[in-house]
Amino acid sequence: MPPSVPVDLTTPGGLLLVLAVLLPFVGLMLGFVLGGRRAQQVAWVTIGLGAVLVAAIAHRLWVSADALVYLLGGWAPPLGVMLRADGLSVCMMVLVMVVVIGIGIYANADFRTPDGVREKRAALTFWLLLLAVWGSLNLVFVSGDVFTLYVALELLTFAGVPLVSLDGRGETLQAALRYLLYALAGSMLYLLGVFLLYGAYGTLDIALLAQRVGAEPVAWGAAALMTAGLLAKTALFPLHLWLPPAHAGAPAAASALLSALVIKGAWFLVVRLWVDVFPGVVTLPSAQLLGALGASAILVGNVVALRQARLKLLVAYSTVAQIGYLFLMFPLVAGLDAAQLDSAIAVTGGLLQAISHATAKAAMFMAAGLVYATLGHDRTADLRGAGRALPMTMAAFALAGASLIGLPPSGGFLAKWLLLSAAIATAQWWWVAVMLVGGLLTSAYVFMVVVRAMAPAPLGWEPKVRVPRSQQGAVLALALCSFLLGLAALLPFDVAQIGRSGALSMGAR
Amino acid sequence: MNTPTLLGLCAAVLVGLGLYGLIVSPHPLRKIMAFNVMGNGIFLVCAVIARRGAGAGMGGDPVPQALLITALVVAFAASALAVALVLRLFEETGSTSLSAQAAGPQPAAAEGEV
Amino acid sequence: MTEALTLALVGLLMALAVWTLVARDTFAAVSGFVPYGLLLTLAWLQLRAVDVAMTEAAIGAGLTGVLLIAAAARLRPTEAPAWAERPGLPTRVLAAIVSAAVAAGIGACVLLLPDPAPTLAPAVAQNIASTGVGNPITAVLMSFRAMDTLLEAVVLLLGLIGVWSLAPDRAWGGRPGPAPTEDPNSILGYLARVLPPIGIVVGVYILWVGADLPGGKFQGATVLAAMWLLVMMAGISDAPAVDRTWVRLALAGGPAVFIAIGLLGAGVAGAFLGYPEGLAKPLIVVVEAALLPSLAVTLALLLTGPPRRKDGDT
Repeated sequence: MPPSVPVDLTTPGGLLLVLAVLLPFVGLMLGFVLGGRRAQQVAWVTIGLGAVLVAAIAHRLWVSADALVYLLGGWAPPLGVMLRADGLSVCMMVLVMVVVIGIGIYANADFRTPDGVREKRAALTFWLLLLAVWGSLNLVFVSGDVFTLYVALELLTFAGVPLVSLDGRGETLQAALRYLLYALAGSMLYLLGVFLLYGAYGTLDIALLAQRVGAEPVAWGAAALMTAGLLAKTALFPLHLWLPPAHAGAPAAASALLSALVIKGAWFLVVRLWVDVFPGVVTLPSAQLLGALGASAILVGNVVALRQARLKLLVAYSTVAQIGYLFLMFPLVAGLDAAQLDSAIAVTGGLLQAISHATAKAAMFMAAGLVYATLGHDRTADLRGAGRALPMTMAAFALAGASLIGLPPSGGFLAKWLLLSAAIATAQWWWVAVMLVGGLLTSAYVFMVVVRAMAPAPLGWEPKVRVPRSQQGAVLALALCSFLLGLAALLPFDVAQIGRSGALSMGAR
Repeated sequence: MNTPTLLGLCAAVLVGLGLYGLIVSPHPLRKIMAFNVMGNGIFLVCAVIARRGAGAGMGGDPVPQALLITALVVAFAASALAVALVLRLFEETGSTSLSAQAAGPQPAAAEGEV
Repeated sequence: MTEALTLALVGLLMALAVWTLVARDTFAAVSGFVPYGLLLTLAWLQLRAVDVAMTEAAIGAGLTGVLLIAAAARLRPTEAPAWAERPGLPTRVLAAIVSAAVAAGIGACVLLLPDPAPTLAPAVAQNIASTGVGNPITAVLMSFRAMDTLLEAVVLLLGLIGVWSLAPDRAWGGRPGPAPTEDPNSILGYLARVLPPIGIVVGVYILWVGADLPGGKFQGATVLAAMWLLVMMAGISDAPAVDRTWVRLALAGGPAVFIAIGLLGAGVAGAFLGYPEGLAKPLIVVVEAALLPSLAVTLALLLTGPPRRKDGDT
């Protein structure tokens, strides 16, 4: 193993990856030290710089048509740590940037430090944790080392848990504690898998592991443990019990952050592991098991959502259901590989589902927050007047709901179209049925909410609070992102395939 | 059966015990303790792997040992956050129960300025 | 001989682990947790992991023990209601089956690990010269995998922010922990005056010697944090208020210096967290010296908890 440099493996522009990970944390530390309302200003400066950075990375990826790589410290794996960003990573980084900007605009009104107050706990905490979530997710997307990914998961957990208990009420504290315990158990199982992989193969680098991992009991054990741990963190049925109270109890901007972004981190890791590290190890039956759990999530989540009396809980259970769609891509990828077909369709479908859900769910939670502020409550039985008082917001809710249902031209429609094509191509008809039933159930509660909100308010009713246009605008913008994402069909499909070497495929080798 | 293997099997038992305690214990502080027991079992597996990798004049592979130090510190931070949550929950509600009933009725959450 | 020692160790470890599970009183369970941690220190030593043993003794048994004991003492009133909420037999049987399956799986994996074991020890031995340090673990932590160490410092800071966010709104900006009451004649007060100077020297020494022998900044920082906690617990000094700029600078300073030196490496040595030729050891020493106070303050404040009282409260 030669000493330090050669950094041959580092591609030009690779340093951008390091900056993308560190910038949010530098912003966090600066905001922490300056405190007060400076923290909000520092957050916005950081977001601005970050947007430029992400654009540069995306441009660099597009131009080079290959993954961006960076060797930290100049040490090549297996001794050192490598950062690697392929098309999948960069798409997710762009998604996180867009959603963070939308949530930031919304939160400007909710988490302002009022004049005359030096520092407010909730405001400072929110802005710092927003930056922390963003930075942790960037690390999840670009890290090429499974132990660094463990540290990234812990960062994500520490950033997400205090967001749940931000308002300090008893039930949010309880929900935060439950979330933390599930998340810690998940991290521990993941870490055990990491150690077993090192013990068997002598490396922690994803690219090297992909070459060395074979279909052995230790690899099965590691794969099972890591997947189980990540399923707990992404709240896939039956480990979803922590999610509804946690996401519904948080303030609206925090709920949006948690549901749209935080849980995508763990999902992304499952994809990265199954498709990059364990393709020879995970078999079609185990992929079917993941798909079955996803299908149960879709059915259970949607049915329970229909029965919710509170809007935020309804949206939270809808998240439980939509996560199920994200896991339907696994049996489809495995099936396509087993049939010697190109699995790009299923991977892109999963990616589009993640992007459209993130934008739609963020819009929905923030819309629910505005409805609460306007009506003084969020009981689903009593939403009349919300439509007249908040026309932009209810339109946004409807558009976001359309994307979740899968109506054209939304991103959800395109995602489901791709997944359905994959299911039909591999003759896995049962997933087709699950997706159709899921769409029907989702449309039931979306229509219910929108129709009830459109009902006229009682005479003489006045909204409790006039919510600022900027908040309504941010909600509508995110919902439009999700609704118009289907137009991405006009782009070449292989954005998600940049940097993925052809030999990688799931299913039996 | 040599020392590393023996300790490795002990580690497996500890992980099992910790996981059981984490799932079953009703008191959150006991859950946190069980999480620590489970974590220590997992760290023990890593140390066994490190010992098996001894060579080049060292008593153990330094890379897993370095990972262990990182993991130990992170586990402590996690325990500290969890304990702070439990204590705050107790101060706020007088109980540390994680059951849905103890949470009380789910009133409308306070939105907007918190 | 070592076989007998290992067997005894294993037996005691499992017995204590079972004790922490089944003891009725939480305080009794926690009292079993601290010796469990110390026994683990012996287990690490059996496996020739001296640095890890020091970290376990300091953080795993020491700080975690303090954390749990303090919590158990305050949570005594919740014992009885919790006991009443024990899950029924079906849940416990299911949990037992799952746990047993996981344990069996791990045991099987341990037995099936390849022989000879793959290892990076030769690679470390080959490259350690350019890092300037003699302790291979320090070389891994500060050079080969320095990013993990940097991120770990950020994790600690984030954990502290999370703990502070749990303060009630009225106490924000105040001080954590109970108000100091000093009893000048108590043994605690005596220890808190005698030990800290020694402890500070020991802590800095552990940091310094960690470059070439077992030791390092985490172990050293824990000793420093323990000394400060001792002083706070004895009432000689009060916990700092969380809105003071010096506290925040102390907390963020270490990671900030680490990032700055990393960026310097990106400019001069061609890679982030790379060290220029010949300057590796001095730069590592600078980073560790900057991280030591930050870590010590972070660890101590993680234990004291969220702010609870403002100056001027009765």
